[in-house]
Amino acid sequence: MVALNQETPRVASLVLDVPEWHGHDAGQHVDVRLTADDGYQAQRSYSIASAPEDPRLQITVERLEDGEVSPYLVGEVRVGDKVELRGPIGGYFVWKVENSTPLLLVAGGSGVVPLMAMIRHRSAAGSKVQARLLYSSRTADDIIYKEELDRIASSGDDVTVAYTLTRAQPSAWKGYARRIDRDMVREVAWPKELSPMAFVCGPTSFVESAAGLLVDLGYDPLRIKTERFGATGG
Amino acid sequence: MGFISRGFKGKRRDNVSSSRVPPGQHVVNDFPVLSAGPTPRVSLDQWTFSIAGEIDEPKRWTWQEFHALPAETVTKDIHCVTKWSKLDTSWTGVSVDTLLEGIDTAADFATVFSDGGYTTNLALDDLTGNKAWVAYEYDGQPLHPEHGGPVRLLVPHLYFWKSAKWVRGITLQNEEQPGFWESNGYHIRGDPWREQRYWGD
Repeated sequence: MVALNQETPRVASLVLDVPEWHGHDAGQHVDVRLTADDGYQAQRSYSIASAPEDPRLQITVERLEDGEVSPYLVGEVRVGDKVELRGPIGGYFVWKVENSTPLLLVAGGSGVVPLMAMIRHRSAAGSKVQARLLYSSRTADDIIYKEELDRIASSGDDVTVAYTLTRAQPSAWKGYARRIDRDMVREVAWPKELSPMAFVCGPTSFVESAAGLLVDLGYDPLRIKTERFGATGG
Repeated sequence: MGFISRGFKGKRRDNVSSSRVPPGQHVVNDFPVLSAGPTPRVSLDQWTFSIAGEIDEPKRWTWQEFHALPAETVTKDIHCVTKWSKLDTSWTGVSVDTLLEGIDTAADFATVFSDGGYTTNLALDDLTGNKAWVAYEYDGQPLHPEHGGPVRLLVPHLYFWKSAKWVRGITLQNEEQPGFWESNGYHIRGDPWREQRYWGD
């Protein structure tokens, strides 16, 4: 591990210099395996946050208090430590710049991680595909990658980012302030006539709700790709 | 590969017998949901379950007919490729052996298909011999749509993606055809005890 970026109080990005990494697609994940000194092992999957074009691999991990692997990755591991990885894994929840229809990304909490890899891929490849991100967090402090997302959104590069904060909002908050709902999705999502490609990632209940709202809006279910995680993901 | 992760202790769960938990898995008490797309909306009026492909007379049951078939309740451990295992889960449904009764087929393989376009491939040997069920109840309750309701396949001896949700039928085949996840990086058979997670395992 060559760098550790604390993204939010509970979330950190691990920047890894991986020998013989043969590249990945945006949206894929890796398996991380930890080994204790008596041989005990634990492994979990984490989404890749970095663009395929990035020479260094980045994963972003949310610390789950009752977790086994995530409290080690967010809190214990230090720059210079070795981390055992396997991957990249997954061939379905991926987006490539060759896919030229408008892109809709819907994230709940740390579900933004694989979607960030897609946004970074889009920027790194100089893609002109129109992209919109609807990103739900609990509080402003929980928004991962906020600075980078705001920078990309304000660069005039056809990426728009709509935030919603479900639990608490700062006084001058201009974004949404509620759970994702029909009106919000209607306002943010591309009209179905543009045949958008949608990626939805977050906790199960969030994904069920968001994907269902897109189906209601007339999106082709086969063009809504989802990735769900439960409280036991870490 | 394989080295000590400095400072890693882990949370051992001594109360679980390791003979029930395949390598690389950990036991959970909740029931995580994994699906590739939106949960399909299924109308029971139009629901049918079919067996087609390499058989002389394809079979088909309506919702009512399917529920009239002899059902079994089984308690099984399930193992998801994303590394969680859940022990002692209780399911009610129809054994695949019951569905295939009286069917004469030379097929060695099957593709199980679902609402939403999902497919998974299985060797017929993995579907027969009291190893697989088409289940409509979980823990004594109708199976929730998130978990594959109204009806899902249950093949507990393989990784749980083989237990296709929202299942609508089985196509019998002479040749093995990779299904949805099997075409997307996941192992063609998926035996958790041999840790057959991904291509190349």
